[in-house]
Parts: sequence; C-alpha cells; structure tokens
Amino acid sequence: MESLDGEEAHRGGFSFENVHRNAFISGRANVSFPKPMKTGTTIAGVVFKDGIVLGADTRATSGSIVADKNCAKIHYMAPNIYCCGAGTAADTENVTDMVSSQLQLHRLSTGRDSRVITALRMLTQHLFRYQGHIGAALVLGGVDFSGPHLYCVYPHGSSSILPFVTMGSGSLAAMSVFEDRFRPGMEREEAMELVKDAIRSGIFNDLGSGSSVDLCVITREKTEYIRPHDVASERGEKAMQFSYQPGTTAVLSESRVTLDDVIVQTV
Amino acid sequence: GGTVLGVAGEDFAVIASDTRLSEYYSIHARDVPKLFRLSPQMVLGCAGFHGDVLTLTKEMNMATQIYEYEHGRTISCPATAEMLSKKLYYRRFFPFYTYNVLVGLDAEGKGAVYGFDPIGSFERETFRASGSAASLLQPLLDNQIGYNNQPNAKREPLSMDKAVALVREVFSCAAERDIHTGDGVVISVITKDGIKESFHPLRAD
Repeated sequence: MESLDGEEAHRGGFSFENVHRNAFISGRANVSFPKPMKTGTTIAGVVFKDGIVLGADTRATSGSIVADKNCAKIHYMAPNIYCCGAGTAADTENVTDMVSSQLQLHRLSTGRDSRVITALRMLTQHLFRYQGHIGAALVLGGVDFSGPHLYCVYPHGSSSILPFVTMGSGSLAAMSVFEDRFRPGMEREEAMELVKDAIRSGIFNDLGSGSSVDLCVITREKTEYIRPHDVASERGEKAMQFSYQPGTTAVLSESRVTLDDVIVQTV
Repeated sequence: GGTVLGVAGEDFAVIASDTRLSEYYSIHARDVPKLFRLSPQMVLGCAGFHGDVLTLTKEMNMATQIYEYEHGRTISCPATAEMLSKKLYYRRFFPFYTYNVLVGLDAEGKGAVYGFDPIGSFERETFRASGSAASLLQPLLDNQIGYNNQPNAKREPLSMDKAVALVREVFSCAAERDIHTGDGVVISVITKDGIKESFHPLRAD
C-alpha cells in the first residue's frame, strides 16, 4: 500500500530539499551566494622505496585574489597518515578533521594503529553521500603495517590507487614532471626532490598555486612534516616603506559614556 | 589580463604595466609589456583582451603617423585622448575590450594622465590604475598621492623618484595578492627630454 502523503515518503535515502530552495533564491534578482574560498592548488604524492612523500603549495585563492599566501594544505589524519587537500578550502579542512577524529576513536576502540584504507573508506563513503557537493579533492597517503599506500580521492566519492598522483588546478603541471622523472623504488632524497619539483612546476605555471612547497615524508619509522620545504617564490625587496605620522587620522569628535548602573557581583 | 598604471607629476609623467599575459589559470607569456609608444612624449598603456590591445594600438600608431603627415607636427596628448575616445566609441556596440591609460605632457609641459573605459569615456586625472589589479592599486594611490583619509598630513609635491618608487612598490603589492599580475613591471618615465624605460622583476608564481 503506497503512502498518499508525499512529504512523509522522505525517510531514508538522500534529501535534497535545500537544492530547490537554493535554486529558488538564486533565481530572484540581486541575490548571489557568497563565493567559497577555493585553494587553487597543486598537491602531489609519490610512493618511494621506504614510504610516501606528499607535497603541496601554500596559496589559497578567492576568485582571482590571493586570500592566504601561506596556508597549510597537508592535513594530519593519524600519526602515520596525512592527507593533502584541493578544492573548496572549508570542505577539505572539515572532512579531514572529521575523519581524523573518527580514526582516533577507532584506534582507541581497536587498540591498533590506523590503516590508510580505513581513512579512505571513511572519506569516500562520506563524499559519495553528499553527491559531490562537498568539493574536496584529496591525496591521501600513509604507511601502515601492510606497507605504504597512496590514494587519490575525488569529490564525488571515487578513488584511485596509484604510485604517483597529483590534484588541483596545478595537477597537470605537476603530473608532467612526474611522468617525465618518476620511477618505482626511488630513494628518499630523490623522491623529495621529485615532489618538490612537481609542486614548483605548479607554483610557477599555474596561477591558482603559489608561494612555497610543503612536504610530508612518511615512513614506517617516522613521519616528517616539513613546512616550508622550499620557499619557491618570495616578495623581493621593498621599493619604499609607508609610514604615517601620529595624528594623521583626524579625530572629528569624541564622546565618553560612563556606565553608572553596572552591578558588580562576587560569587 | 594585465594591469596598467599612470601617474602625472609637475613636469613629468610615469606609466607602468606588468609583463604577464595570462588566460584563466595559465600563463601565455611572461615578457609582454602593455605599453606602446605613440610619440616621443606619449605612451599608451593598454590592458585587457590582448587581441583588441594589439589591434587598437596598431590603429592608434597609424592614426598618429597620419596626423603628422597631414599637420606637419606631432599630435598633442589631449588631442590623442580625444581621438582614442572617438575610436573606442565608434565600436560602441562591439567594443574594444581594452582598459586604456594615456600618459604624456600637456601643452604647458605638465604631466598628463587620461583614463578611459572600454567604450571611450575619459577624464584627465593625476593618477589612474587600470586592468586586473586596478582595485588593489587605485585605493593605495588615492591615499599616497591624493592624501585620502590623511587630513592632517603635510602635502608635498610629487617628486619623480618618489613616483617611481611608489609605482614599483604598489606593483609588488599587487603581485602578492592578484594572481594575474606578476613576472615583471615595465616603467616608462616621460619628461621634456624624452622617454626612459626601466624593467623590474616581480614574483613569477
């Protein structure tokens, strides 16, 4: 027997009521939604002989303006797992924080170190549930008991397993460096140099990426979070200093209000 | 893409542009200045859609040359401004997508800066920033040259050195925060003795 009440039939499954509301609002004149800050970004990761190297640039853009010249795009997930984030900044920040918390609770519950595949499942299932509306494109990497793992996570909830990955607006620039010079089983220094150069390629050739290179090297023994690893682009010498004498800003009027009726209570 | 800036002084004028040519998130070229010399004492800064920039500057070069042949003397800066305005308005319904700043010396030898919109509305000003980083540069110039929000500051006449240093500094600031501005800045200083050009590198990221 089918329910005659159409509204009530929304139990379970996906509810996208707000999509209709948003479309209605944006259809009206003079109303536009605020633009979320995107990271622009070049992020990359490689698997090398002893583990994983993750890299990221440090520019966050809001339209064509640089909102943050030195933001951190390599997010902590677990002591042995880190995640680079590209796309909408709030989304990458919150989704990695959320999964990081869930992983910690899981570690306490199981009494074991986290596995990278666990983080992957949690991320992909969450992102799929939101059908791509959470704009998080991630490079997830870490080393667990079964070895090094590197994954690429897309906003709609799919993932790829690859020995080298790049994401973000600068991904093509970075990938061209990887396709040229990657080989399996590299040494640590070579892998770090390769990722640094890939991110640098994004920094200089992609307008959405810039400033410096952050690296994270994860091995079985330890994790090294190097921020910054390479200050690729700096401001340069200032041509002049701006200074303002005290009194430059005119005080047009001043008024004082004494608060007579404040009651002080000690507890 | 690109940013242009013009500043007028008592007996000189300065015009500068960045040298980056970009489209969406890519860089086409890092060494494309947007300054075009129209006469020994006049430079046109032209930013925006580069195809129209090239066509418009070609037309302006031709027009100023023809003026010389027909009148036997170099065209003056105010006259060029009027001509440019007409050229732009002629295309009122299929505009040149260009942001123009014309800089030179007026009849009395004082610095002149004319700022234009894409369809030819123009005004003579002391300083004008135009192009992608205009909204970053113009307020800073309003404050430093126009003494906006500085009612008690001592007004000093703008010296050539201060003008050039200010232009270099504001471009450096713009390159920090505007992704389309960078690579380098070309500065042309116009005096009665001619035009002196200098190049200064900017962030390449």
